[in-house]
Amino acid sequence: MIGELAIQLVMAFLTTLGFAVLVNAPPKEFVFAGIVGAVGWGGYWLCIQAGLSAAVASFAGALVLAYLSRVFSVVRRCPATVYLISGIFAMVPGAGIYYTVYYLIMDNAAMSAEQGVETIKVAVAIAVGIVLVLALPGGMFQIFSRRKSKGEK
Amino acid sequence: MSSEKRILDLCVDAGETLLANGAEIYRVQQTMELIAKSYGADSFHAYVLTNGLFASMEEDGRLQSAAVRNAPRVEMNLGRISAVNALSREIVAGRVPLEQAFERLRTIRAMQGMPGWMMVLASMLSASTFCYLFGGSFTDAFAALVPGCAVGLFTRLLSRTKTPVNKLVSNMLSASVVALTSFAAVQIWNLTGTACSLDHVIIGGIIPLLPGVALTNGIRDVANSDYLSGMIRAIDALLIGAGIALGVGVVLKGLALIPGVVL
Repeated sequence: MIGELAIQLVMAFLTTLGFAVLVNAPPKEFVFAGIVGAVGWGGYWLCIQAGLSAAVASFAGALVLAYLSRVFSVVRRCPATVYLISGIFAMVPGAGIYYTVYYLIMDNAAMSAEQGVETIKVAVAIAVGIVLVLALPGGMFQIFSRRKSKGEK
Repeated sequence: MSSEKRILDLCVDAGETLLANGAEIYRVQQTMELIAKSYGADSFHAYVLTNGLFASMEEDGRLQSAAVRNAPRVEMNLGRISAVNALSREIVAGRVPLEQAFERLRTIRAMQGMPGWMMVLASMLSASTFCYLFGGSFTDAFAALVPGCAVGLFTRLLSRTKTPVNKLVSNMLSASVVALTSFAAVQIWNLTGTACSLDHVIIGGIIPLLPGVALTNGIRDVANSDYLSGMIRAIDALLIGAGIALGVGVVLKGLALIPGVVL
């Protein structure tokens, strides 16, 4: 279990790293985006292993990921979107959109509807998770910035 | 009066840069309003959509100037978004004179994306590792390097064409390239006697094309009360997804017709 978690984290880190390049994130932030993506995916994966549904797991993963993005955004002085967009990539239901239309083409309406509903559930769960964390007051994250400036001195 | 026009130009330029590089609606709106306010324009109004923006500026209750921009999204570039963000922070702090801000914005717009070979490598990396995350085995992940590389090269090639290819068509073509190369890679693995799942390899290969982020951002826009922009993004995501599924579907149906081929 621990070993598998480690592999999942490394793979999620690499996926995020690749995607950070594809969306032209600032090169200095690649590694941090990778960390955000790995931790978010780790949260998602643990929830799935605990037997929770994909929507709940995505919600939990998105909460962790968005929170960490805001922490890094304060520490690294870079908009949270940079970490958020790169990091969310592994969790986002891109494959769901694909399967929805794929089953439709393959004349499998039942599977298509099932995938479609699942995709919307996951996408809404992730969006709500992000919106909740982004609505937290900025003051909550200032402690991270002070700690950093003390370290610099 | 002409300086008012310059302020509006700067706001609209900054907004257009953000929008064209994939920023969220509220960020575009907020940045434009902050810049206008910092340069002392009090009655600035902007309305932002996913693919365009409208802005006007008034003085003494009379319309001074207005601007409309069409901003089709070219390619996502978080580097430019974060650079505009840094610039707007400095403007708010009052450290950047108006003409210098134009100069800075011009350099931001000219910022180059990652070199092509790095994009191809990144697309291979994402394809292969995502294939594993999605439940593929290490064998599948290794095979997914092939479609990842092919799709990276192919999308680079498509972006070089003189007349831009229709989005639906370009996604269909890219997806069929993925399906073909995945099929080839899986066949080679099968020849060596190793089991390899075509489905997982294809999912890995198309991952650089999939609009998952667009869909999630669309729902975020809706949650921020930008309903129209959210709908535009969601429909965009659906259209891209349809293009990809069509591309893969056509190739798989075609391959199934070849005698002796088992999918």
